[in-house]
Amino acid sequence: MTDFLTFVREHADKLLEQTLTHIGLTAVSLLLALLLGVPLGILISRRSRLAGSVLGIAGVLQTVPSVALLGFLIPVLGIGVGPALMALFLYALLPIIRNTYVGITEVDASVKEAARGIGMTNRQVLTKVELPLALPVIFAGVRTATVINVGVATLAAYVAAGGLGEFIFSGIALSNVNMMMAGAIPAALLAIGFDVALASLQRLSVRKLRIGAVAFIALMPFLSAFYWLPIQQDKLIAGFAHEFYGRADGYPGLQKTYGLNLHPRLIDQNLMYEAIRSGQVDIISGYSTDGRIQAFDLLVLADNRHAFPPYDAAPMVRQVTLNRFPELGQTLNLLAGKLTDSVMTALNYQVDYEKQSPESVARTFLTRVGLYKRPEPRQRSETVVMGSKVFTEQYILAEIYRQLIEGQTSLRVVTKTGLGGTQICFDALRTGAIDFYPEYTGTGLLVILQPSAHTLANLSMQSDSIYDYVQHQFHQQYQLNWLKPLGFNNSYCLMMRRDQAKQLGIKTIEDLVNYMER
Amino acid sequence: MIEIRNLTKRFASYTAVFDLSLTIAQGETLVLLGTSGCGKTTTLKMVNRLIEPTSGSIRVDGVDVMKQAAFELRRRIGYVIQDGGLFPHYTVAEAIATVPKLLDWGPEMIRERTNELINKLRLPQTLLARYPAELSGGQRQRVGLARALAVRPSIVLMDEPFGALDPFTRRQVRRELFGLNELRETTVVLVTHDVSEALELADRIALMDAGRIVQVATPDALLTSPASDFVRDFLDDKPHRLHD
Ligand SMILES: Nc1ncnc2c1ncn2[C@@H]1O[C@H](COP(=O)(O)OP(=O)(O)OP(=O)(O)O)[C@@H](O)[C@H]1O
Ligand SMILES: [Mg+2]
Repeated sequence: MTDFLTFVREHADKLLEQTLTHIGLTAVSLLLALLLGVPLGILISRRSRLAGSVLGIAGVLQTVPSVALLGFLIPVLGIGVGPALMALFLYALLPIIRNTYVGITEVDASVKEAARGIGMTNRQVLTKVELPLALPVIFAGVRTATVINVGVATLAAYVAAGGLGEFIFSGIALSNVNMMMAGAIPAALLAIGFDVALASLQRLSVRKLRIGAVAFIALMPFLSAFYWLPIQQDKLIAGFAHEFYGRADGYPGLQKTYGLNLHPRLIDQNLMYEAIRSGQVDIISGYSTDGRIQAFDLLVLADNRHAFPPYDAAPMVRQVTLNRFPELGQTLNLLAGKLTDSVMTALNYQVDYEKQSPESVARTFLTRVGLYKRPEPRQRSETVVMGSKVFTEQYILAEIYRQLIEGQTSLRVVTKTGLGGTQICFDALRTGAIDFYPEYTGTGLLVILQPSAHTLANLSMQSDSIYDYVQHQFHQQYQLNWLKPLGFNNSYCLMMRRDQAKQLGIKTIEDLVNYMER
Repeated sequence: MIEIRNLTKRFASYTAVFDLSLTIAQGETLVLLGTSGCGKTTTLKMVNRLIEPTSGSIRVDGVDVMKQAAFELRRRIGYVIQDGGLFPHYTVAEAIATVPKLLDWGPEMIRERTNELINKLRLPQTLLARYPAELSGGQRQRVGLARALAVRPSIVLMDEPFGALDPFTRRQVRRELFGLNELRETTVVLVTHDVSEALELADRIALMDAGRIVQVATPDALLTSPASDFVRDFLDDKPHRLHD
């Protein structure tokens, strides 16, 4: 509890900004939905033949899951406010159209006839009789739409449109309950607050409700204006994944090491690349061997001061297995240093973007470095079991190992791919379900060993020292052996569009800091 | 003056009013009487164009109703329906002021006319700020009448205006109402299926059956010389006639 309050106090500025953005997003989308929904509701109450199809379409839009809706909108509207507002607008539409329609059609027929009978024009019947009498029902629709939108607006954080979702999704990505709550509680309070306020308006007499409605509509643009409060804008705009933004070895580490101070927008991992390609952001976070670096022609900024812990890849093998098959260790070490960052990025690119199979990519690679041998047809009685996690890089590594071992030795390789995350692979290795798998030094350090903050602070974040530390600890604690590193370091990194980086003369994170401060 | 010529109304294949002709003189009170479903309401609503005729014509004060804007026509014709047809969100004062406002009367004029009407209709001043839901049935009916009479229309159409009231109140309200000088010079077309009401209020009664007029005559003439057995039976069949 005190942790939570401390978090809120420390992030009060950010929280206020998020809350205002959240209210702004909700209000703008609601206003737009009112501007379209009420006239549409009126129209279909006049032409009942249209009612079915209009309500049908709005109803279908309502059932599209919000994440999917954002997914559809991003290719059209890019990232940022556009898709967020559009999604919220579409969700708010149905309750408003439907309640306007129902409210008007439910006005007593004899009242409508009396209104026409005493000489009101159609417009007067609408404005003086039907709309005022339908107002409580329309208001109920606005209330529904508002509560839906306060909830859905959290998803704006996926597309760099801000709002309280930033803390919620960062909190989830980091398993940081305080951060999650700091977003979720205000979002819930907002929903309840709007609901109670609108409910009390709704209970007013028709006359006061008219005043209330006018006040509400007048308030909307005011609330909407929150969205356009001057947000801090950097020379270069950063878009970071929620996890990177919150993890100690991500953005906070960067701030500490380089004194870099940005006002990053938070955005879903997979949307970041599209965002930088289309120029909506200029700097993104990522992993240094991601195939998309090549696909999108990005430049990884050099981290000379080692703000990001190294994630050097190396095979991790059971000591028991090494004792039994000494040739296995020798064979795996043949690859040491052969897979540099750029080589691995290219391999990832070939599989992810050129849709080549990991098998053929692995063979081409082994052939090029002169390690490929056609497996001799012979009786293979001894078996080693290899594991891998579930992403492209690991699939490629598994394929390289299999072909290498079968070419160089008489061992038979059984592959267990798809072991999920680190913990599952590690447990499988420890219990002997697998004999080895490729792991990253940073992961071994931060996920498995989890040394105290004090120990961490005293560790040098250089590749070599981390490798030595991890190798030593794993051997002692688990009888597991880290063989020689493959040569690439799949760590966190910052990247920019290559052409822009070149134009601004930025190659390293230090260059970036200098440029931003200039 | 209202002149109805060869008026016919068909709803799909059903003929609600057939070849009906009738002239109603200035200042006359004509009662449309007949069994339920015989076409009284349909006929009445064609006069103010709430229903458009299939064929035939209606002239009001010499002008064909189809040749003028419906809303302008209606503002000159008072319209009263069962239970008043009041708007739930208008106070009594606003209800009475509705048509005057449509005709751009000034506030002073509206206030004077409102006071005049509530005095004549014996509505207490305290009612002015109330909503229809806070009135009795008889009060609602009177407010409905006041709304219809507010701009002193030369013609008033009433569709079972007392239908929702108990027999005692009904007699009381209609006596008060038709005792008003206001209505003396006004042409009134009143729809009812209450024979005693028709006999009491009408200058002439048009008795309808199945979309046609069976006989048009003064109440006395209708009683003394009914045109057919139907007319006699219709007038005879009502026991409460004995109480009048
Ligand atoms: N909109 C309509 N569509 C189809 N038929 C209709 C419509 N309006 C009225 N009718 C039919 O026309 C006939 C005459 O209806 P009308 O309302 O004029 O009767 P009425 O004499 O006023 O009866 P009541 O005394 O019960 O009010 C009825 O049989 C009714 O069912
Ligand atoms: Mg009727």
